[in-house]
Amino acid sequence: MDLIQYLVSGISIGSAYALIAIGFNLIYNATGIINFAQGEFVMLGGMGSVYFYHYLHFPLIFAILSGILLAGVTGILVERLSIRPIRDASILSLIIVTIGDSILIRGIAMLVWDKNSHALPSFSGDIPIRFLGAAVSPQYIWIIVVSIISMLLLGGFFRYTITGKAMLASSVDPVAARLVGINVERVTMYSFFISALFSGMAGALMTPVTLTSYDIGISLGLKGFAAAVVGGLGRMSGALVGGIILGIVESFSAGLISSGYKDAITFGLLLLFLYMRPQGIVGEIKAERV
Amino acid sequence: MRKNLKILLVLFLLAGLVSTGCKKKSKEQQAKAKPAEENVIKIGAVFSVTGPASFLGQPEKNTALMVVDEINKSGGLLGKKVKLIVYDTEGQEQKAVMAVNRLIQKDKVVAIIGPSRSGTTLAVIPIVMRAKIPLISCAASRKIVQPVSERKYVFTVPQLDTFAVEKLYEYFNKKGYKKIAILTVNNGFGASGREQLKLLAPKYGIEIVADEIYGPKDTDMTAQLTKIKGLNPDAIVVWGTNPGPAVIARNRLQLGIKTPLFMSHGVASKKFIELAGKDAAEGIILPAGRLIVADQLPDTDPQKKLLLDYIAKYKARYGSEPSTFGGHAYDALHLLFEAIRRAKSTNGDKIVAALETIKNFPGTGGIYNLSPQDHEGLSKDAFVLVRIHNGNWELLEE
Repeated sequence: MDLIQYLVSGISIGSAYALIAIGFNLIYNATGIINFAQGEFVMLGGMGSVYFYHYLHFPLIFAILSGILLAGVTGILVERLSIRPIRDASILSLIIVTIGDSILIRGIAMLVWDKNSHALPSFSGDIPIRFLGAAVSPQYIWIIVVSIISMLLLGGFFRYTITGKAMLASSVDPVAARLVGINVERVTMYSFFISALFSGMAGALMTPVTLTSYDIGISLGLKGFAAAVVGGLGRMSGALVGGIILGIVESFSAGLISSGYKDAITFGLLLLFLYMRPQGIVGEIKAERV
Repeated sequence: MRKNLKILLVLFLLAGLVSTGCKKKSKEQQAKAKPAEENVIKIGAVFSVTGPASFLGQPEKNTALMVVDEINKSGGLLGKKVKLIVYDTEGQEQKAVMAVNRLIQKDKVVAIIGPSRSGTTLAVIPIVMRAKIPLISCAASRKIVQPVSERKYVFTVPQLDTFAVEKLYEYFNKKGYKKIAILTVNNGFGASGREQLKLLAPKYGIEIVADEIYGPKDTDMTAQLTKIKGLNPDAIVVWGTNPGPAVIARNRLQLGIKTPLFMSHGVASKKFIELAGKDAAEGIILPAGRLIVADQLPDTDPQKKLLLDYIAKYKARYGSEPSTFGGHAYDALHLLFEAIRRAKSTNGDKIVAALETIKNFPGTGGIYNLSPQDHEGLSKDAFVLVRIHNGNWELLEE
């Protein structure tokens, strides 16, 4: 019975990681950049929703939509103000710039809001749903369903739509993409916008169960990154697989081995994947990128 | 061009933020410089007003300023005005050392209250011992004042972790709880609580069947709680500060665990109930200072009048509820004033000797009984047990 509870807990928290990993993949797919400000988009979705709900007294649904939009707009600003002006720099420089962005966003959030933790009411109450003797908060059902739908939608988006294909093309070879008439700048901006929207959504969905604060993006961003790497960077299905594996490993190691070593074990898994299988679980080796 | 305009706009906004911050600071400095240098008793204060421990230092500074204004309005001390010089440590050891050196050498203070954290306090102890300047710390670690023989000039006012643990264990004995599970946060506060919980358990005949840990930024503790549930303890004790314990309370509700849940004084603020939500917080019992239940205390309680008075004055002046931490500065200053009055002098050795004679002195933290062997002054009775009921505190019958 305990084992089922560990599994259910792991899948729940893992699908939240998956939703964050999707954000990493979106920007990676369009630009090849690993955006270390991704956790801050998650924070903005949560803290923004809290701000609109508790301080401006929006109805919950509008507060959440506004919070998600705030994250999205910040995504555009990050791209416009810090990525586009130096777009010809190497990928590594751009990745370092995103680390700077994350510190800046965190600092501004701390000054504008505060350093406290905040909560939102659960979307469909707090009465747990029982399943084979395990209990799961209804909020996690929201997170699981939303992450599966997001994964399917985005998978289809990259495979079947012109814009999605244009995004993939600009990441593989920006010069060639420009030659065939793709507006690479616009595609990059879209990718930041959509990615920030999805991460903001993850942040807003998680706030009722995990609470939020200005600095929550550090740990959630890292977990999302780990999920993206374990699943295979750039793969939408990989994000879900990676996130859930990470969540389950975390839950079982806390329950069966030691709660003190939980994070050491999960990040050890990340290192293992970076050494042994950098293309992730569902990825295939792409020679030209290595 | 348009791009440059946008960058300018952002820079402009940032500059605005920075300059408002500066303005505040310069006003404070002016205020400090005002009182005449002659015929004043100078008292130093070092608090973590900004930085990660600002939740301690900010209310301490507010309270200290308020208490000093009050004594000056009622005629001062030994016929002189009291002047408070406050420095910010930002919670950092080296800044605390610099501030204390400056207070002693440049400002020539007669005594110092603070620092806010145990780490910063331990860092400045050698300096005050050398300078023979009394220091009344606002940090809650026993290491600060022990061994007393080597800490002649050092006192501390907060209620210690040990007292909170003893108060809980006493209750467990009364209820007949023998097997308990502990879940502590992986930082200084949690580590100290875990140490005391494990140290005192055998004395009260209590067995710790699960010793679990969580990270200060963890967002889900269902795994630890599931493990604890399987061991079927009589009680669960959670030792941490927000937000972790709120997440645990929510996870416990989610898992439908009926085992009674106990927490530490680290969450004795309304913020915890707000974060955990009314349903998840219901029934949780924790040791806390009397401040949060001041209005529920019996009229015979020697602290009641003083606490209500402090709460009313703080609210009137700052527009927010005072916290236990602000109370530490209140107690430190009032003990110091009393000692200076008794000593009729501002000499460091005489102040210490007078402090050590203070008995049955009510403060916000408890009743202080100081002596040459005891520089903490409080006992486990500084804590009362409170239960959360309907989103509010409820004093448990003794």
